[in-house]
Amino acid sequence: MIAANKPNKIARYGMSIDLDRCTGCGACMVACAVENNVPPAHEGATARKGITWIRVFKVDNGEEGPARRSVFVPVLCQQCGEDTPCVHVCPQQAVEVDPATGIVGQMPERCLGCRYCMAACPYHARFFNWWDPQWPAGMEKTLNPDVAPRMRGVVEKCNFCHGRWHAAKERAAAAGKSEIEAGAYVPACVESCPTGAIRFGDLKDAASEPAVAAKDAHSFRLLEKLGTEPKIYYHSKRDWVRQVAAAPKPPNGKENARG
Amino acid sequence: MPFLAGALAALGAGWVGFPHAIYKSRPQPVDFSHKVHAEKAGTKCEDCHAFREDGTFAGIPSLSTCAACHAAPMGTTAAEKNFIDAYVTPNREPDWASYAQQPENVFFSHITHVKLGQLKCEQCHGDQGASDKLRPYQVDRISGYSRDIWGRTLFQSKAAGAVPGMKMDDCVDCHRKQGLSHSCLDCHK
Repeated sequence: MIAANKPNKIARYGMSIDLDRCTGCGACMVACAVENNVPPAHEGATARKGITWIRVFKVDNGEEGPARRSVFVPVLCQQCGEDTPCVHVCPQQAVEVDPATGIVGQMPERCLGCRYCMAACPYHARFFNWWDPQWPAGMEKTLNPDVAPRMRGVVEKCNFCHGRWHAAKERAAAAGKSEIEAGAYVPACVESCPTGAIRFGDLKDAASEPAVAAKDAHSFRLLEKLGTEPKIYYHSKRDWVRQVAAAPKPPNGKENARG
Repeated sequence: MPFLAGALAALGAGWVGFPHAIYKSRPQPVDFSHKVHAEKAGTKCEDCHAFREDGTFAGIPSLSTCAACHAAPMGTTAAEKNFIDAYVTPNREPDWASYAQQPENVFFSHITHVKLGQLKCEQCHGDQGASDKLRPYQVDRISGYSRDIWGRTLFQSKAAGAVPGMKMDDCVDCHRKQGLSHSCLDCHK
Protein backbone atom coordinates (compact mmCIF):
# COMPACT_ATOMS: atom_id res chain seq x y z
CA MET A 1 0.00 0.00 0.00
CA ILE A 2 2.63 2.43 1.08
CA ALA A 3 5.27 0.89 -1.14
CA ALA A 4 3.21 1.72 -4.22
CA ASN A 5 3.55 5.40 -3.43
CA LYS A 6 7.26 5.41 -2.77
CA PRO A 7 8.89 8.43 -4.32
CA ASN A 8 11.30 6.86 -6.76
CA LYS A 9 12.00 9.82 -8.99
CA ILE A 10 15.36 11.41 -8.33
CA ALA A 11 15.53 15.02 -9.43
CA ARG A 12 18.55 17.23 -9.87
CA TYR A 13 17.22 20.75 -9.69
CA GLY A 14 19.24 23.36 -11.47
CA MET A 15 19.01 26.86 -12.81
CA SER A 16 19.97 28.74 -15.91
CA ILE A 17 20.64 32.46 -15.76
CA ASP A 18 20.70 34.40 -19.01
CA LEU A 19 23.12 37.26 -18.37
CA ASP A 20 22.05 38.95 -21.60
CA ARG A 21 18.59 39.41 -20.10
CA CYS A 22 19.59 40.43 -16.56
CA THR A 23 19.12 44.16 -16.04
CA GLY A 24 20.51 44.17 -12.50
CA CYS A 25 17.21 45.37 -11.04
CA GLY A 26 17.62 43.29 -7.87
CA ALA A 27 14.04 42.00 -7.76
CA CYS A 28 15.45 38.51 -7.16
CA MET A 29 17.36 39.71 -4.09
CA VAL A 30 14.24 41.26 -2.57
CA ALA A 31 11.99 38.30 -3.39
CA CYS A 32 14.58 35.94 -1.91
CA ALA A 33 14.83 37.82 1.38
CA VAL A 34 11.05 38.07 1.74
CA GLU A 35 10.47 34.43 0.86
CA ASN A 36 13.13 33.07 3.18
CA ASN A 37 12.55 35.26 6.24
CA VAL A 38 15.88 37.04 5.94
CA PRO A 39 15.59 40.04 8.27
CA PRO A 40 16.55 43.59 7.27
CA ALA A 41 20.26 44.25 7.73
CA HIS A 42 21.25 44.80 11.35
CA GLU A 43 22.90 48.03 12.35
CA GLY A 44 26.61 47.65 11.69
CA ALA A 45 26.17 45.00 9.01
CA THR A 46 28.66 45.26 6.16
CA ALA A 47 28.69 43.66 2.74
CA ARG A 48 30.29 40.57 4.27
CA LYS A 49 28.28 40.52 7.47
CA GLY A 50 24.87 41.04 5.88
CA ILE A 51 22.81 38.15 4.57
CA THR A 52 22.06 37.98 0.85
CA TRP A 53 21.33 34.46 -0.37
CA ILE A 54 21.35 35.83 -3.90
CA ARG A 55 23.42 38.86 -4.80
CA VAL A 56 23.72 40.74 -8.07
CA PHE A 57 27.30 41.67 -8.92
CA LYS A 58 28.33 44.19 -11.56
CA VAL A 59 31.27 43.18 -13.70
CA ASP A 60 32.84 45.14 -16.57
CA ASN A 61 35.38 44.38 -19.23
CA GLY A 62 38.08 46.62 -17.75
CA GLU A 63 38.01 49.12 -20.62
CA GLU A 64 37.46 52.86 -20.20
CA GLY A 65 35.26 55.22 -22.19
CA PRO A 66 33.02 54.00 -25.01
CA ALA A 67 34.70 50.59 -25.05
CA ARG A 68 33.47 49.85 -21.53
CA ARG A 69 30.90 47.07 -21.30
CA SER A 70 29.11 45.90 -18.15
CA VAL A 71 27.20 42.82 -17.15
CA PHE A 72 25.16 41.99 -14.07
CA VAL A 73 25.76 38.56 -12.56
CA PRO A 74 23.36 37.18 -9.95
CA VAL A 75 25.34 34.84 -7.70
CA LEU A 76 23.68 32.40 -5.34
CA CYS A 77 24.62 29.00 -3.93
CA GLN A 78 25.75 27.07 -6.99
CA GLN A 79 24.42 23.79 -5.53
CA CYS A 80 27.61 21.84 -6.24
CA GLY A 81 26.83 18.25 -7.10
CA GLU A 82 30.29 16.64 -6.75
CA ASP A 83 32.75 16.92 -3.88
CA THR A 84 30.56 19.68 -2.50
CA PRO A 85 33.12 21.76 -0.57
CA CYS A 86 30.85 22.88 2.28
CA VAL A 87 29.66 19.32 2.92
CA HIS A 88 33.22 18.04 3.12
CA VAL A 89 34.46 20.50 5.70
CA CYS A 90 31.46 20.58 8.04
CA PRO A 91 32.42 18.95 11.36
CA GLN A 92 28.77 18.73 12.41
CA GLN A 93 27.27 17.07 9.35
CA ALA A 94 25.00 20.09 9.22
CA VAL A 95 25.23 20.28 5.42
CA GLU A 96 24.03 17.59 3.07
CA VAL A 97 23.24 17.16 -0.58
CA ASP A 98 19.64 16.02 -0.59
CA PRO A 99 19.60 12.67 -2.40
CA ALA A 100 16.14 13.21 -3.87
CA THR A 101 16.58 16.73 -5.21
CA GLY A 102 20.31 17.45 -5.32
CA ILE A 103 19.75 20.58 -3.24
CA VAL A 104 22.57 21.43 -0.84
CA GLY A 105 20.79 21.85 2.46
CA GLN A 106 21.90 23.61 5.62
CA MET A 107 20.65 22.50 9.03
CA PRO A 108 20.88 25.50 11.37
CA GLU A 109 20.09 23.38 14.45
CA ARG A 110 23.21 21.31 13.90
CA CYS A 111 25.48 24.19 12.88
CA LEU A 112 27.94 25.22 15.55
CA GLY A 113 28.98 28.39 13.76
CA CYS A 114 32.62 27.49 13.01
CA ARG A 115 32.25 28.94 9.47
CA TYR A 116 34.57 26.40 7.84
CA CYS A 117 31.94 26.05 5.13
CA MET A 118 32.12 29.78 4.41
CA ALA A 119 35.86 29.51 3.98
CA ALA A 120 35.48 26.43 1.80
CA CYS A 121 32.76 27.81 -0.47
CA PRO A 122 34.37 29.04 -3.70
CA TYR A 123 31.40 31.32 -4.40
CA HIS A 124 31.02 33.21 -1.09
CA ALA A 125 27.45 32.01 -1.13
CA ARG A 126 27.23 31.30 2.59
CA PHE A 127 26.38 33.81 5.29
CA PHE A 128 26.77 33.90 9.03
CA ASN A 129 24.14 35.19 11.42
CA TRP A 130 26.07 37.72 13.44
CA TRP A 131 22.88 38.90 15.13
CA ASP A 132 19.57 37.37 16.14
CA PRO A 133 16.97 38.14 13.49
CA GLN A 134 14.90 41.23 14.21
CA TRP A 135 12.01 42.59 12.22
CA PRO A 136 10.55 46.09 12.48
CA ALA A 137 7.35 46.13 14.54
CA GLY A 138 4.50 44.62 12.52
CA MET A 139 6.73 43.11 9.87
CA GLU A 140 6.85 39.80 11.70
CA LYS A 141 3.28 39.32 10.49
CA THR A 142 4.61 39.02 6.96
CA LEU A 143 6.93 36.14 7.80
CA ASN A 144 6.68 33.06 5.63
CA PRO A 145 5.32 30.16 7.73
CA ASP A 146 7.01 27.64 5.42
CA VAL A 147 10.51 28.79 6.40
CA ALA A 148 11.93 28.73 9.92
CA PRO A 149 13.95 31.85 10.84
CA ARG A 150 17.55 31.18 11.80
CA MET A 151 19.17 32.14 15.07
CA ARG A 152 22.36 34.03 15.85
CA GLY A 153 25.54 32.01 15.48
CA VAL A 154 24.66 29.77 12.55
CA VAL A 155 25.40 29.78 8.83
CA GLU A 156 22.69 29.94 6.20
CA LYS A 157 22.45 29.98 2.44
CA CYS A 158 20.20 29.51 -0.59
CA ASN A 159 18.38 26.19 -0.64
CA PHE A 160 16.35 26.76 -3.81
CA CYS A 161 13.42 27.94 -1.65
CA HIS A 162 13.01 24.57 -0.02
CA GLY A 163 9.80 25.70 1.67
CA ARG A 164 8.28 25.99 -1.79
CA TRP A 165 9.36 22.42 -2.53
CA HIS A 166 7.52 21.26 0.60
CA ALA A 167 4.45 23.24 -0.40
CA ALA A 168 4.55 21.83 -3.93
CA LYS A 169 4.88 18.30 -2.56
CA GLU A 170 1.88 18.88 -0.32
CA ARG A 171 -0.21 20.27 -3.19
CA ALA A 172 0.73 17.24 -5.28
CA ALA A 173 -0.24 14.92 -2.41
CA ALA A 174 -3.60 16.67 -2.10
CA ALA A 175 -4.14 15.87 -5.79
CA GLY A 176 -3.15 12.25 -5.12
CA LYS A 177 0.26 12.43 -6.78
CA SER A 178 3.57 11.55 -5.21
CA GLU A 179 5.65 13.57 -7.67
CA ILE A 180 5.80 17.29 -8.37
CA GLU A 181 4.95 18.22 -11.93
CA ALA A 182 7.45 20.31 -13.86
CA GLY A 183 6.79 23.99 -13.23
CA ALA A 184 4.84 23.41 -10.00
CA TYR A 185 7.92 24.27 -7.97
CA VAL A 186 10.06 27.33 -8.71
CA PRO A 187 12.16 29.43 -6.31
CA ALA A 188 11.12 33.01 -5.54
CA CYS A 189 13.96 34.61 -7.55
CA VAL A 190 12.82 32.77 -10.68
CA GLU A 191 9.25 33.89 -10.19
CA SER A 192 10.17 37.50 -9.51
CA CYS A 193 12.61 38.07 -12.39
CA PRO A 194 10.86 40.61 -14.65
CA THR A 195 12.88 39.71 -17.74
CA GLY A 196 12.71 35.95 -17.27
CA ALA A 197 16.50 35.74 -17.05
CA ILE A 198 16.43 33.07 -14.34
CA ARG A 199 14.91 29.73 -15.32
CA PHE A 200 14.53 26.70 -13.10
CA GLY A 201 13.95 23.02 -13.64
CA ASP A 202 15.12 19.45 -13.29
CA LEU A 203 18.45 18.90 -15.07
CA LYS A 204 17.54 15.23 -15.48
CA ASP A 205 14.53 16.23 -17.53
CA ALA A 206 16.06 16.87 -20.97
CA ALA A 207 13.20 19.20 -21.91
CA SER A 208 13.67 21.54 -18.94
CA GLU A 209 15.15 24.95 -19.65
CA PRO A 210 18.28 24.52 -17.50
CA ALA A 211 18.95 21.15 -19.15
CA VAL A 212 18.67 22.77 -22.58
CA ALA A 213 20.82 25.70 -21.47
CA ALA A 214 23.44 23.33 -20.06
CA LYS A 215 24.09 21.98 -23.55
CA ASP A 216 24.26 25.42 -25.18
CA ALA A 217 27.68 26.47 -26.46
CA HIS A 218 27.24 29.92 -24.92
CA SER A 219 26.68 28.51 -21.43
CA PHE A 220 29.24 28.32 -18.69
CA ARG A 221 29.42 27.69 -14.98
CA LEU A 222 31.33 29.67 -12.40
CA LEU A 223 34.72 28.13 -11.51
CA GLU A 224 33.89 25.06 -13.52
CA LYS A 225 37.52 23.96 -13.36
CA LEU A 226 37.17 23.12 -9.67
CA GLY A 227 35.17 20.08 -10.68
CA THR A 228 32.42 20.59 -8.14
CA GLU A 229 29.72 20.27 -10.81
CA PRO A 230 27.65 23.32 -9.87
CA LYS A 231 24.04 23.22 -11.03
CA ILE A 232 23.70 26.90 -11.95
CA TYR A 233 24.35 27.53 -15.65
CA TYR A 234 25.06 31.06 -16.84
CA HIS A 235 24.48 32.02 -20.42
CA SER A 236 25.74 34.90 -22.53
CA LYS A 237 26.21 35.37 -26.25
CA ARG A 238 28.80 38.09 -25.58
CA ASP A 239 32.28 36.61 -25.89
CA TRP A 240 33.87 38.99 -23.40
CA VAL A 241 31.44 37.93 -20.66
CA ARG A 242 32.40 34.30 -21.06
CA GLN A 243 36.08 35.25 -21.17
CA VAL A 244 35.76 37.26 -17.96
CA ALA A 245 34.02 34.34 -16.29
CA ALA A 246 36.86 32.03 -17.29
CA ALA A 247 39.56 34.48 -16.15
CA PRO A 248 41.11 33.94 -12.71
CA LYS A 249 39.97 37.37 -11.54
CA PRO A 250 37.51 39.68 -13.29
CA PRO A 251 38.85 43.14 -14.17
CA ASN A 252 37.41 45.72 -11.79
CA GLY A 253 34.90 43.23 -10.32
CA LYS A 254 32.51 45.36 -8.31
CA GLU A 255 29.40 44.60 -6.38
CA ASN A 256 26.25 46.26 -7.59
CA ALA A 257 25.83 47.96 -4.25
CA ARG A 258 22.55 49.61 -5.14
CA GLY A 259 21.18 46.25 -6.22
CA MET B 1 22.55 -0.53 52.07
CA PRO B 2 23.33 3.18 52.15
CA PHE B 3 24.26 2.84 48.47
CA LEU B 4 20.90 1.30 47.68
CA ALA B 5 19.06 4.02 49.57
CA GLY B 6 21.06 6.66 47.78
CA ALA B 7 20.43 5.07 44.41
CA LEU B 8 16.70 4.87 45.09
CA ALA B 9 16.60 8.49 46.20
CA ALA B 10 18.48 9.59 43.10
CA LEU B 11 16.24 7.55 40.80
CA GLY B 12 13.17 8.90 42.54
CA ALA B 13 14.37 12.44 42.10
CA GLY B 14 15.22 11.81 38.45
CA TRP B 15 12.10 9.93 37.41
CA VAL B 16 9.47 11.56 39.60
CA GLY B 17 10.84 14.89 40.77
CA PHE B 18 12.62 16.09 37.66
CA PRO B 19 9.69 15.82 35.24
CA HIS B 20 7.70 18.07 37.55
CA ALA B 21 10.52 20.56 37.55
CA ILE B 22 11.05 20.61 33.80
CA TYR B 23 7.45 20.38 32.56
CA LYS B 24 4.78 22.98 33.19
CA SER B 25 1.32 21.49 33.24
CA ARG B 26 -2.00 23.08 32.40
CA PRO B 27 -5.48 21.60 31.97
CA GLN B 28 -7.32 21.83 28.68
CA PRO B 29 -10.01 24.54 28.67
CA VAL B 30 -12.94 22.16 28.13
CA ASP B 31 -13.72 18.80 29.69
CA PHE B 32 -14.00 17.11 26.30
CA SER B 33 -14.59 13.43 25.65
CA HIS B 34 -13.58 11.99 22.29
CA LYS B 35 -15.30 8.77 23.29
CA VAL B 36 -18.71 10.36 23.72
CA HIS B 37 -18.44 12.07 20.35
CA ALA B 38 -17.26 8.92 18.61
CA GLU B 39 -19.88 6.65 20.16
CA LYS B 40 -22.98 8.78 20.64
CA ALA B 41 -22.62 11.22 17.77
CA GLY B 42 -20.86 8.72 15.51
CA THR B 43 -18.32 11.26 14.35
CA LYS B 44 -15.10 10.23 12.66
CA CYS B 45 -11.77 12.01 13.15
CA GLU B 46 -12.03 13.96 9.89
CA ASP B 47 -15.52 15.26 10.70
CA CYS B 48 -13.94 17.76 13.10
CA HIS B 49 -10.20 17.57 12.32
CA ALA B 50 -10.59 18.44 8.67
CA PHE B 51 -8.43 19.25 5.70
CA ARG B 52 -8.80 22.62 4.04
CA GLU B 53 -9.56 22.80 0.34
CA ASP B 54 -5.90 23.27 -0.58
CA GLY B 55 -4.88 20.10 1.26
CA THR B 56 -3.46 21.74 4.37
CA PHE B 57 -4.60 20.38 7.71
CA ALA B 58 -6.76 22.57 9.94
CA GLY B 59 -5.91 20.67 13.14
CA ILE B 60 -8.04 21.47 16.18
CA PRO B 61 -11.51 22.59 15.07
CA SER B 62 -12.63 26.14 15.66
CA LEU B 63 -15.60 27.08 17.82
CA SER B 64 -17.95 27.28 14.83
CA THR B 65 -17.52 23.54 14.19
CA CYS B 66 -18.54 22.80 17.79
CA ALA B 67 -21.32 25.37 17.79
CA ALA B 68 -22.91 23.81 14.72
CA CYS B 69 -24.23 21.07 17.05
CA HIS B 70 -23.86 22.66 20.47
CA ALA B 71 -25.68 25.97 20.02
CA ALA B 72 -27.96 24.70 22.76
CA PRO B 73 -27.26 21.80 25.14
CA MET B 74 -27.78 18.41 23.52
CA GLY B 75 -27.29 16.43 26.71
CA THR B 76 -27.47 16.98 30.41
CA THR B 77 -23.80 16.92 31.42
CA ALA B 78 -22.27 19.74 33.39
CA ALA B 79 -19.25 19.73 31.06
CA GLU B 80 -21.40 20.58 28.06
CA LYS B 81 -23.31 23.27 29.94
CA ASN B 82 -20.03 24.83 31.07
CA PHE B 83 -18.69 24.75 27.52
CA ILE B 84 -21.77 26.47 26.12
CA ASP B 85 -21.89 29.10 28.86
CA ALA B 86 -18.18 29.86 28.77
CA TYR B 87 -17.45 29.64 25.05
CA VAL B 88 -20.41 29.15 22.67
CA THR B 89 -22.72 31.84 24.05
CA PRO B 90 -20.01 34.55 24.37
CA ASN B 91 -18.53 33.31 21.06
CA ARG B 92 -15.07 32.89 22.56
CA GLU B 93 -12.57 30.43 21.08
CA PRO B 94 -11.33 27.88 23.64
CA ASP B 95 -7.61 28.13 24.23
CA TRP B 96 -6.84 24.54 23.24
CA ALA B 97 -3.31 23.26 23.67
CA SER B 98 -2.10 20.99 20.89
CA TYR B 99 -0.29 17.94 22.25
CA ALA B 100 1.18 17.22 18.84
CA GLN B 101 2.41 20.71 17.92
CA GLN B 102 5.83 20.30 16.33
CA PRO B 103 8.68 22.82 16.66
CA GLU B 104 8.71 25.60 14.06
CA ASN B 105 11.57 24.09 12.07
CA VAL B 106 9.57 20.96 11.28
CA PHE B 107 7.54 20.54 8.12
CA PHE B 108 4.88 17.87 8.37
CA SER B 109 2.19 17.31 5.78
CA HIS B 110 -0.88 15.47 7.05
CA ILE B 111 -2.35 14.90 3.61
CA THR B 112 0.84 13.28 2.34
CA HIS B 113 0.66 10.72 5.12
CA VAL B 114 -3.10 10.23 5.12
CA LYS B 115 -3.82 10.29 1.39
CA LEU B 116 -0.60 9.02 -0.19
CA GLY B 117 0.75 6.94 2.70
CA GLN B 118 -2.73 5.81 3.76
CA LEU B 119 -1.82 5.96 7.43
CA LYS B 120 -4.58 5.88 9.99
CA CYS B 121 -4.73 8.78 12.46
CA GLU B 122 -4.24 6.30 15.33
CA GLN B 123 -0.87 5.23 14.01
CA CYS B 124 0.80 8.43 15.23
CA HIS B 125 -1.75 9.98 17.58
CA GLY B 126 -2.83 6.82 19.41
CA ASP B 127 -6.44 5.83 19.83
CA GLN B 128 -7.65 9.28 20.80
CA GLY B 129 -11.18 8.37 19.73
CA ALA B 130 -11.45 6.08 22.76
CA SER B 131 -10.21 8.62 25.31
CA ASP B 132 -12.77 9.87 27.79
CA LYS B 133 -10.72 12.69 29.29
CA LEU B 134 -8.21 15.17 27.99
CA ARG B 135 -4.85 14.79 29.69
CA PRO B 136 -3.25 17.93 31.14
CA TYR B 137 -1.02 19.55 28.54
CA GLN B 138 2.63 19.42 29.59
CA VAL B 139 5.11 21.82 28.11
CA ASP B 140 8.88 21.88 28.51
CA ARG B 141 9.78 25.03 30.44
CA ILE B 142 12.98 25.60 28.50
CA SER B 143 12.19 24.66 24.91
CA GLY B 144 8.45 25.32 25.01
CA TYR B 145 7.76 22.01 23.23
CA SER B 146 4.95 19.69 24.21
CA ARG B 147 6.00 16.68 26.27
CA ASP B 148 4.39 14.44 23.66
CA ILE B 149 6.91 15.64 21.11
CA TRP B 150 10.00 15.45 23.20
CA GLY B 151 10.27 13.17 26.19
CA ARG B 152 7.16 11.09 26.55
CA THR B 153 8.55 7.96 24.92
CA LEU B 154 11.99 7.96 26.48
CA PHE B 155 11.06 5.22 28.94
CA GLN B 156 8.06 3.80 27.17
CA SER B 157 8.13 0.88 24.87
CA LYS B 158 6.86 1.90 21.43
CA ALA B 159 4.84 -1.32 21.30
CA ALA B 160 2.89 -0.26 24.39
CA GLY B 161 1.29 2.34 22.18
CA ALA B 162 -0.30 4.35 24.96
CA VAL B 163 1.11 7.61 23.67
CA PRO B 164 3.05 7.09 20.45
CA GLY B 165 6.21 8.98 19.85
CA MET B 166 6.39 12.04 17.67
CA LYS B 167 10.10 12.64 17.96
CA MET B 168 12.39 12.81 14.96
CA ASP B 169 13.60 9.27 15.68
CA ASP B 170 10.05 7.97 15.47
CA CYS B 171 9.50 9.63 12.09
CA VAL B 172 12.83 8.39 10.74
CA ASP B 173 12.23 4.85 12.07
CA CYS B 174 9.05 4.53 10.05
CA HIS B 175 10.55 6.14 6.94
CA ARG B 176 13.48 3.71 7.13
CA LYS B 177 11.21 0.71 7.51
CA GLN B 178 9.13 1.79 4.53
CA GLY B 179 12.21 2.55 2.47
CA LEU B 180 11.17 6.20 2.16
CA SER B 181 13.55 9.10 1.92
CA HIS B 182 14.64 10.60 5.22
CA SER B 183 17.11 13.35 4.45
CA CYS B 184 17.22 16.48 6.62
CA LEU B 185 15.32 18.76 4.29
CA ASP B 186 12.55 16.21 3.74
CA CYS B 187 11.06 17.26 7.04
CA HIS B 188 12.96 20.36 8.16
CA LYS B 189 12.39 23.83 6.89
